[in-house]
Amino acid sequence: MSKERIKISPDLYDIMPSDYQDLVQSATYGKEDRGWKDIGTSKELIEQHSLCAGCPESMAFRYILASLPNPEDTVMVGSTGCTSLVFPMVAVHNIHSLFGNQNAIASGLKRALSVRFPDRVKDVVVLAGDGATVDIGLDMTLQAWFRQEKFTTICFDNELYANTGGQESGLMQKGFVAKMAPVGKLFDKVRLPEIARESGCHYVVNCTVSKPSLVEKVIRNSVLIAREIGPTYIQLYTPCILEIGKNSMEGLQEMRDSEKPTERFAYKEYVSEPAKQFLAELAAKDKERKAAAKQLAGKA
Amino acid sequence: MAEIKSHIGTQNKKGQTYTDAWKMMHEAPRSPSFYTGSEVIKEALRRASCDVMIAYPITPQSEAAALIGELFAEGYIGDYFRGESEFAVMSQCAGAAFGGARVFTTTAGPGTMRAMENFPMWAGARLPIQMIVTCRGINSPLSIQPDTIEISYLLNTGMLVWHAETAQDFFDWILKGFMVSEEPEVHLPLALCCDGFFVTHTKDVVNLTPADMCLPPYDPYRSPVPCMDMECPPVRMMRDPFIMKSNYISYATHASWQQEIWAAVERSRKHTIKWINGLIDTENTDAEVVIVASGTAVSQGREAIRLLEDEGVRCGLVKVKSLRPWPGEEIREATKNAKHIFVPEFNVTGWLAKEIKATIPNSERVHAGPHVCGGMTMPPEIIASEIKTALGLRSESLAGRGS
Repeated sequence: MSKERIKISPDLYDIMPSDYQDLVQSATYGKEDRGWKDIGTSKELIEQHSLCAGCPESMAFRYILASLPNPEDTVMVGSTGCTSLVFPMVAVHNIHSLFGNQNAIASGLKRALSVRFPDRVKDVVVLAGDGATVDIGLDMTLQAWFRQEKFTTICFDNELYANTGGQESGLMQKGFVAKMAPVGKLFDKVRLPEIARESGCHYVVNCTVSKPSLVEKVIRNSVLIAREIGPTYIQLYTPCILEIGKNSMEGLQEMRDSEKPTERFAYKEYVSEPAKQFLAELAAKDKERKAAAKQLAGKA
Repeated sequence: MAEIKSHIGTQNKKGQTYTDAWKMMHEAPRSPSFYTGSEVIKEALRRASCDVMIAYPITPQSEAAALIGELFAEGYIGDYFRGESEFAVMSQCAGAAFGGARVFTTTAGPGTMRAMENFPMWAGARLPIQMIVTCRGINSPLSIQPDTIEISYLLNTGMLVWHAETAQDFFDWILKGFMVSEEPEVHLPLALCCDGFFVTHTKDVVNLTPADMCLPPYDPYRSPVPCMDMECPPVRMMRDPFIMKSNYISYATHASWQQEIWAAVERSRKHTIKWINGLIDTENTDAEVVIVASGTAVSQGREAIRLLEDEGVRCGLVKVKSLRPWPGEEIREATKNAKHIFVPEFNVTGWLAKEIKATIPNSERVHAGPHVCGGMTMPPEIIASEIKTALGLRSESLAGRGS
């Protein structure tokens, strides 16, 4: 999509909603080095949301949308859950269809876009909760990776079913007492990042969203690698402060506590050999570009 | 946005000419071929300008799904792959249709049931996917035999549902089905059903359109809802998501959208009538006895009518071609003279008879049967026998041991 396409006819300008006017004037579609630092100085691709006050998921959404390398040609696929309360306010085409089928939808979508736009980049990004990714949708999550479907899967891991009121999920920690786990969860947190690696993902990261710069790097890498090489998987801790008994102000600290080196969300990354090579080439090109820009600036 | 232009008269990469669909189906020369139903599905798809086909093995549609794979290998289909289950396949079809592709798939029996959650979603999302259903048993103990019970589960999904009798119906309706489904005021999925094995695995003479002609490509920008390809402005859809809200606006929105789906089914009526030449076919409906049937039960009914004629019983026939939209008015008209209406079916519950009873006045005229199920064939003799019994005529015992 060219930015021209969202321009408003001058005759209709004043009747368009202000958030649309803002999108046209100052959203970062098409900006090459877009990132989390644009937040505050440009129109974000997310409008208001109806998540709980202080929900880390809202931070994750903002950082991810600021970091997509190509939002003007990105389609996102969601699933049922708290994320589906947010997607209607996201200024990137997005699909909700059923609960758990997000990677199947994305498989068909990516293939259709490749057939229809063979000479253009169209990125597909899945963003779903841990219930959708690991429990009800696990077969479709894995099968998309086995088939080497070229899209990114992002899992918002809040370690339970938040939207239905805090029931046990596969990514919940062992022993945690929750609805449907009345005596505590009896088995370990499913090790999906390791399973993702073994299932053919080329880039796997497990982390929290406490650091926007880190989220930016991870999201950018995961989308670019998925576009060029194959499936990628990002598991982000977005604690449900409501269900773990925290206050609105405590989400960030909860994430910081959980990313300490011995904790379950300590930064973990896997990069396949082809993806390493690709990232090295990207870095070299980036360096070259910066050097050229510096040289140009020097001449001026 | 891809440029909107007419492709008619231009060629695709296989050298086929995009042809006006009406001309291709009604005016182009036809050549007779002797094919199985599965091969006919392949031949229809060769001419369908299909972007994406997604396959999964289940008897009795596996052969057709695999044959379309051959078409993909030859370059006639944009993309093709085997999904991991029918639930996943139908979601993959949805993804491809959301992305603006013309999408085709096939399934049967337990596969239809496994995928069921997708069908109201397809209709609700206005995705004009075409799904062939080669009906088979869904019960336990395991059965792979012909049985049409699964059609009854599709009737309230918001999909268009047609029931083909012959391989010729199949060939024509696959191609015509895309035209009806993709009308902007319809834009709904189509379940094109047939009786497994009886149609898929038997050979018949089918008159094919020329192989060097194909349907015009699907234009996703004629859809009544935006195509999810980021080629149109991604405005915020709503201030307050309706999904889980408990307020009047939310209820009213969902209610009006459901009404809109069924209004679209209703709007498909005129297009369906135009393309498949009426929702029903009729023969001799001035008779006092009329058989109303769909699928291969029509063929068996036609044979039963021949047997009855030999015995001096005159009997009319109504072939129901479209189940959604439902030909209520047509059936009322076609059965207005009938004192006895027989509805032979290949399923145990008699869903077609129930639909007819709910449609016509004096529904006690409807004899729901005969029914066969679980893969049994329906010899015309049992239809004739049931009719004669109801009319109080002597009927010889069928396959009996004598009395």
